[in-house]
Amino acid sequence: MTTRYSKEHEWVRVEGDTATIGISVHAASELGDVVFVELPEPGKKLEKGDEAGVVESVKAASEVYSPLSGEVVEVNAALEAAPQTVNEAAEGEGWFFKLKLSDKSQLDGLMDEAAYKTFCEG
Amino acid sequence: MAAEQSELKHTPLYDLHCELGGRMVPFAGYAMPVQYEGIIAEHNWTRDKAGLFDVSHMGQRFLIGPDHESVAKALERVAPGNFSALKPGRQRYTLLLLETGGILDDLMVARSPAEEDDGSLFLVFNAARKEIDDAYLAERLPEDVMLTAADDRALLALQGPAAHDVMARHCPRAAELSFMQVTSAAFALPGGGSIDIHVSRSGYTGEDGFEISLAGERAEEFARALLAEEEVRPVGLGARDSLRLEAGLPLYGHDIDETTSPVEADLAFAIPKSRRERADFPGAERILSELSEGPSRLRVGMRPSGRAPVREGAQILGEADSVIGGVTSGGFGPTVGAPVAMGYVAAAAAAPGTAVRLSGRRGAEPAEIVPLPFVPHRYRRQA
Repeated sequence: MTTRYSKEHEWVRVEGDTATIGISVHAASELGDVVFVELPEPGKKLEKGDEAGVVESVKAASEVYSPLSGEVVEVNAALEAAPQTVNEAAEGEGWFFKLKLSDKSQLDGLMDEAAYKTFCEG
Repeated sequence: MAAEQSELKHTPLYDLHCELGGRMVPFAGYAMPVQYEGIIAEHNWTRDKAGLFDVSHMGQRFLIGPDHESVAKALERVAPGNFSALKPGRQRYTLLLLETGGILDDLMVARSPAEEDDGSLFLVFNAARKEIDDAYLAERLPEDVMLTAADDRALLALQGPAAHDVMARHCPRAAELSFMQVTSAAFALPGGGSIDIHVSRSGYTGEDGFEISLAGERAEEFARALLAEEEVRPVGLGARDSLRLEAGLPLYGHDIDETTSPVEADLAFAIPKSRRERADFPGAERILSELSEGPSRLRVGMRPSGRAPVREGAQILGEADSVIGGVTSGGFGPTVGAPVAMGYVAAAAAAPGTAVRLSGRRGAEPAEIVPLPFVPHRYRRQA
């Protein structure tokens, strides 16, 4: 399955019309040890660019933005008890929330893996 | 923090930090490692074994005069300790005070055990305060006492329960020291030869350990010799901050500054009885009044009830959501396993057990005032 990335360092994987969203391995590494994750409420409608949650490392807090528009259908509640999962598997078990997309064409605005890699290095 | 990496000063260990994978960040004008493998892992390693910290950005100074009494008296003009009574081979924590009773800086003062060093005190200033301290002292020192910067020296800290055994292998004389004692000694290198060090039994983590001053050009050899020991790993400024926060130790510019008094900051232990009686230090009027009447606010520890860290700048709310203080340091305490914070509250609300609310980025959350430190100190006291 293709993974796409936003400039705010979220990753997105789409299955049907549902996107799984988290923060990239690069972002998790930059943040350092994650100690707290705040997730959106299921049922919440998010516009592309809306704040969807907060991730706190030992040193600092950072917002997580929704890279796409849609409705939150599921959140990774396991992160509340085990926030370190974000460091261990940012682009796998460490996913944040799932979004039922309202406009799949927004995917075209995201980067593929190669473009994101270049973006991070730049 | 707008300075480019290229404008930042380097400590003698800069290349070693990079080689060890340190993530370099700007700190007080220096490029310093905030972490290597990760803040929590480094924090826990220091509590369990021994962490090696580069603190060469701090201001090492010698205060030099004709004899101990002259130098001690000169320092007593700006700091409230009883330095005349400081014995050879001993170190004290003290404060540079303003006439307002505020704190210009907090520092360590050490007197060498060697008779030939009489008339010299070794001071360590905070990195971000050293130029300010230099100027403040320059205006207030008598003609026969001089402050000289030891900018060619490196300063390292070896902290943690294994620090003693590691030091004993290279420098038995240093390993014999008790908390707040100092000595000069030769540190034996594994390949033969040795390095001259000034070492104190102290630190900023709450653990047993040493702070070692040595010639900058020998710093890398010294650090490599320690890192070759299996108990020792490099630790960055991130874990230094979480360790000192758990140990309840204030950080200048955050928990203490030019507006906070030693009494408010719960640092009155740094003002011995003889100086209180003489009332001859800067800010004595305010400080003595706070000692007798009680200060209006106090530095306290706080434990937020949730899992989310509460950060510096959050408001402390009392009854009816009135603002009764502010958080000056806050984060996640890896040893505590929960968020911890430090700040100032109105004296009436400073008793441990008092329920407050902390108003940060995600609204007000319940918290409790708790005694400091969060993690007990494990210093090596004299038997």
